Amino acid sequence: MPSLPDIMTPDAEGLAAKAAHGGAHAPAPDADQDAFFEFLLRMGDNALILGHRNSEWCGHGPVLEEDIAMSNMALDLIGQTALWLGLAGEVEGKGRSADDLAYLRDAWDFRNVLLVERPNGDFGATLMRQFLFDAFHFHQLQALTKSADARVAEIAGKALKEVSYHLERSAEQVIALGDGTEESHARMQAALDDQWGYALEMFAGDATDAKMADAGIAPDLADLRGPWDATVQAVLAEATLAIPENSYVHKGGKQGTHTEHLGYILAEMQFLQRAYPGAEW
Amino acid sequence: MRAAVSQVWDWLAEVPDPEIPVISLTDLGIIRAVEWQGEVLVVTVTPTYSGCPATAVINLDIEAHLRGKGVELIRLERQLTPAWTTDWITPEGREKLREYGIAPPIEGTAPDGQVMARVGALSGANLTVPCPRCGSNETRRVSQFGSTPCKASWVCNACLEPFDYFKCH
Repeated sequence: MPSLPDIMTPDAEGLAAKAAHGGAHAPAPDADQDAFFEFLLRMGDNALILGHRNSEWCGHGPVLEEDIAMSNMALDLIGQTALWLGLAGEVEGKGRSADDLAYLRDAWDFRNVLLVERPNGDFGATLMRQFLFDAFHFHQLQALTKSADARVAEIAGKALKEVSYHLERSAEQVIALGDGTEESHARMQAALDDQWGYALEMFAGDATDAKMADAGIAPDLADLRGPWDATVQAVLAEATLAIPENSYVHKGGKQGTHTEHLGYILAEMQFLQRAYPGAEW
Repeated sequence: MRAAVSQVWDWLAEVPDPEIPVISLTDLGIIRAVEWQGEVLVVTVTPTYSGCPATAVINLDIEAHLRGKGVELIRLERQLTPAWTTDWITPEGREKLREYGIAPPIEGTAPDGQVMARVGALSGANLTVPCPRCGSNETRRVSQFGSTPCKASWVCNACLEPFDYFKCH
């Protein structure tokens, strides 16, 4: 039987041509392609690294149903990663596939925020991180469905449906555990205090973010802060948790300066491709 | 020789979903278009969930089935927009799911991320899913996810059977 066509790789050229001829979206802007590539890595790497962290719960969840839920969330995020990194490879134009980008870059080439690479901690800490990220991811994807680049808009539209569900789940769990027992409340408050400064990196814009906003490819991060605050404040209030007053921001991940934790993730995630280059099954 | 497009749709209706073999790919609503481009048959497929591992198997099954029917040149295209929704599952497909023991999706209950409006109504309290076995509405959600990305885990308080609910998406 002949090999199958690779339909997992988006027809980037076709979509770009469609966009240029005034499809459903505005023409693809003549944006800085290096900045566009960086932006797509940030999208893909956030999903990839959080997906990998979630997958670490497989076989270790506190109850079977939650174990399955974590694995399913990981699956959604890694599926989204394939779309974002696939497009990143197209935009870069050097023939790198989503797999090449996921498995053959080293830590300094990753562009995820520090929040998602932090160790899982206990189940409550994992869910708190998921909630803080989901709330951002949801509002970000919602804005990206209106991207001037049709390829970005269609990936965002697909991912948004999955992330809406993730947000409902993590919000619900944060409420249940925050407004739960004395022990669960204390752990959720500790997790929030611990992660708040990392969560704020999601809003720390740089030149890449500004270029994307100017080109109409991505929203201005400042515009996402209000909706994120509203979602987070409502859910944390219901969860009887107090938002930390400390506004110190741990940053660097978006530019490739990571904590030591990322190296350990990659050591595990990339082992097979490093040990047996090009292995397929 | 080029088979009629309607004939191809009938053939695709014979290909079962690899995870839920009681429904076909056309019941699931993931075949978006069938057309001949010259001598090449182009079948456009949309994924259910981004990371659903069944996607690769589905593509393989489509190609194998159509080759078995004598189609020689086949191209599969992926279409992301509009994103797949459970609204596209056919009425027959829904009935087949129920008979198989999977509660079909309840339309209009897809999450919209507006959690603030739903705080307090979370925990599945906003949703009544009838038990696919005994029909009772006395059911409760056990987990927001289940055996595949498209399902959630529920249990019936009346007949005590656990069951899968095909989430509205």
